[in-house]
Amino acid sequence: MFLPDTVRLPRAKALLMCMGGAFALSACTAAGSGEGSLKSASAADTGDTRTEFLGEDGNVPFPSTYRAYPGADTLIIPTTVFDGAGGRIDNGWVHFRDGKIVAVGGPTTAPPEVANVVDGSDKFVTPGIIDIHSHLGDYPSPSVPAHGDGNEATSPTTPDVWTEHSVWPQDPGFSRAMANGGITSLQILPGSANLMGGRSVTLKNVPSRTVQGMKFPGAPYGFKMACGENPKRVYGGRGRKPSTRMGNFAVNRQTWLDAIAYGENDDAKRDLGKETLVGVLDGDILVHNHCYRADEMALVMDMAKEMGYKVSAFHHAVEAYKIGDLLRENGVCSAIWADWYGFKMESYDGIPQNAAYLQREGACVVIHSDDENSIQRLNQEAAKAQAAGARMGVNISDADVISWITLNAAKAMGIDDMTGSLEPGKMADVVLWNGDPLSVYSRPEKVWVDGALLYDANDPKRRPVSDFELGQPGAGDVK
Amino acid sequence: MMKRLLTSAACAAIALAAPAAAQDVAIVNATVASGDGSEPVAGSRVIVRNGTVSVVGPNAPVPANIPTIDAGGAFVTPGIVAAVTDLGLYDVGAVGASNDKSAGDARFNAALDVAPAINPSSQHVKVSRAGGVTRALVTPSHGNSLFAGQGAVIDLGADANAVMQARAFQLVDLGETGARLSGGSRTAAYVELENALREARAFAAGSWEGGEALLTRSDAAALVPVINGSQQLYVEVERAADIRNVLGLKRTYLKLDLVLVGASEGWLVASEIAAARVPVIADALDDLPASFEQLGATQSNVGRMAAAGVKVAIGRMSGGTDGHPRSAAQFAGNLVALGKVPGASGLSWGQAFATISSIPAEIAGHGGKFGVLKAGAIGDVVIWDGDPLEVDSVPSRVFIAGIEQPLDNHQSELAKRYLDLDESQLPKAYDW
Repeated sequence: MFLPDTVRLPRAKALLMCMGGAFALSACTAAGSGEGSLKSASAADTGDTRTEFLGEDGNVPFPSTYRAYPGADTLIIPTTVFDGAGGRIDNGWVHFRDGKIVAVGGPTTAPPEVANVVDGSDKFVTPGIIDIHSHLGDYPSPSVPAHGDGNEATSPTTPDVWTEHSVWPQDPGFSRAMANGGITSLQILPGSANLMGGRSVTLKNVPSRTVQGMKFPGAPYGFKMACGENPKRVYGGRGRKPSTRMGNFAVNRQTWLDAIAYGENDDAKRDLGKETLVGVLDGDILVHNHCYRADEMALVMDMAKEMGYKVSAFHHAVEAYKIGDLLRENGVCSAIWADWYGFKMESYDGIPQNAAYLQREGACVVIHSDDENSIQRLNQEAAKAQAAGARMGVNISDADVISWITLNAAKAMGIDDMTGSLEPGKMADVVLWNGDPLSVYSRPEKVWVDGALLYDANDPKRRPVSDFELGQPGAGDVK
Repeated sequence: MMKRLLTSAACAAIALAAPAAAQDVAIVNATVASGDGSEPVAGSRVIVRNGTVSVVGPNAPVPANIPTIDAGGAFVTPGIVAAVTDLGLYDVGAVGASNDKSAGDARFNAALDVAPAINPSSQHVKVSRAGGVTRALVTPSHGNSLFAGQGAVIDLGADANAVMQARAFQLVDLGETGARLSGGSRTAAYVELENALREARAFAAGSWEGGEALLTRSDAAALVPVINGSQQLYVEVERAADIRNVLGLKRTYLKLDLVLVGASEGWLVASEIAAARVPVIADALDDLPASFEQLGATQSNVGRMAAAGVKVAIGRMSGGTDGHPRSAAQFAGNLVALGKVPGASGLSWGQAFATISSIPAEIAGHGGKFGVLKAGAIGDVVIWDGDPLEVDSVPSRVFIAGIEQPLDNHQSELAKRYLDLDESQLPKAYDW
């Protein structure tokens, strides 16, 4: 019932954001981070200390401390497998060990001898579900003002801020996303108040006492940008530039030009914001651009060409279906809802066929949530989008639809060589569903992250409960 | 130019508004889910005469000479009833001029009445109709007071007469929102409530003194039907303790006809709610401690309350789908899904469908009149292209009061235009 983008804020949160003058913007940009090793690959490649994201001590700041939890050598058999890469195997099996996928097979391939066999009869296996657009942790529950850490809405460009410094790892939303949505990886973005909202962070959905303990090792950072109504409303409303869409572009372009000059000046004083922008220009940081309207997306793609960067994905992109050809040609993904529309002017032309029409054009589709509730049902949202296409004669296989919430998200986040599909050597991020994942009647039964069983519907103790919930009504309850 | 456009638009509106005659129709070979909580029955029939359901069942006689539809085994249900929605009150949420949901700067609150603000031609009405929603309980949103104003029961027919019952209920918030709007505390909210009801009582008795009063004359008058029980009082409340307080109001105000809205922690006090015979319009899937009044939220809330004997509908559709009423079936389907989750409390298919059809109608005081397929009910009938609670299903045909409805809208026209991106001969603007 509310505001904009994202953030389907619970009532209290929406109110707070309005009172704060920022409105409920959300946004997306992504940023992954932390390398497993201390020095980033880009640093080694270029020797340019400004673009490598190294701290003053020469190390990667805030490195990931995530370590996979122990897991058994596991075989799920027999089961229906959606591999995330567009494949489907009936009467198949999935084998993982030491945190990695070992093999996936069908009825004619002999499975290995493994002690821990999970019966997948009448069940389905998919890769762990990935949400490319979440505000868990930076707009956590309870959504009280003290928790509103997603929009640094004090300047139209804040490329210097990093979402990981806002993420509260005790957000109970992480556990719901796992138990009900099968989410194993997710990108947390700054909001969309600003043209340039800052770096995102990509997380493994594994509870931790620290955000570093959740950071996806080796994931690239993302960078959140926003077009359209939000930045011009937030700053125009304060009598500041930008107050128009042309103002949005003017501020963006000048900011990029300044960053290019900074990158060319070896003597410049270190500037956190420009470091991030140079990281984008160097291709080390992936742009996630909140943008609704087709015409604006086309302008942004030209701006990116002018300045020498690439947009990884347009987020929210409710009009992407109008320019599926352009998006395909530019190699830009569209991260979208199945059917949200009508809550703001730039969402007025949203249609449920958006995803299917993009796929028809051969463009990259990702279904996202931008919402702590919807993240629990990305599978259902994908199924809705599939059905809307089918009713117009645009038929997309179930296996391809699963890629909208797995491998395609991983690609746009730059982690597809590590997760997103059930391929040998990839992380054993796996969901066993108690029925067809594209049905409203199905839920995750078991969720493994890097081979560790972290949710089991049949074991009440194998369910994360955040510090916040201990001792509260219903702690440890099914949710 | 503008004038011409307006004129032609007006003509189009008039043409569309011309009411079709109530039809007779016999739907046979249908899987009928009657909406009353029972499970679907295959090979059944629904007969509608003069806009009213005349008979339902596998052996229902098909009158001669009325149009007959062979459903081919498809599901046939009553239309969905959207409980507690802002449908028809806005075009674009963030475009204030198009949005009549709340009136924070108004001089009035309890007197606000959504009826004249309802726009039957709203795209959201059309989109919801295409999603199988045929009736709705439309409420205002809170503006400057714990009293939001008066809601209406509407139908979603493609005609000019949307409002079925104006001023059907008053909406009040007695949780965090009500506290904030009353000055910053629940303490203030309860004094505001008691004062308002006292003034309404005085108004009814002819002893209300405007000069001494805190309410406006209009607001005091608007609350008279609440205290005498002729208008329902919908109370938005989430926390278990708040729910107990609301149930306790009936000890002081004997005639209050209460309905709880929200009730995230209802499962903690389910037996008390049941004993008080107060029905609930719940958020189906809230499972996060979104606020300190919802710490105990779980998707099992509806199932647990229903098991305790509470009459529960689902409404508001908050939770990730932008509150659109067409999400009602998906939400109900999720409650069925809980049946396969160990330790969770869900609903049977029939029970789940009832939470979005007969039960909201009963709660609104229209039990047996809509939201159900049985003799005497209004002929709101939907034929589906699959399982109505499944995410891949939509209506193939919709009847409201026996009149078949158009299912097109802004979205469906855009979907047709962009079925391809071919502009080899003319721009897309000519493709319509």
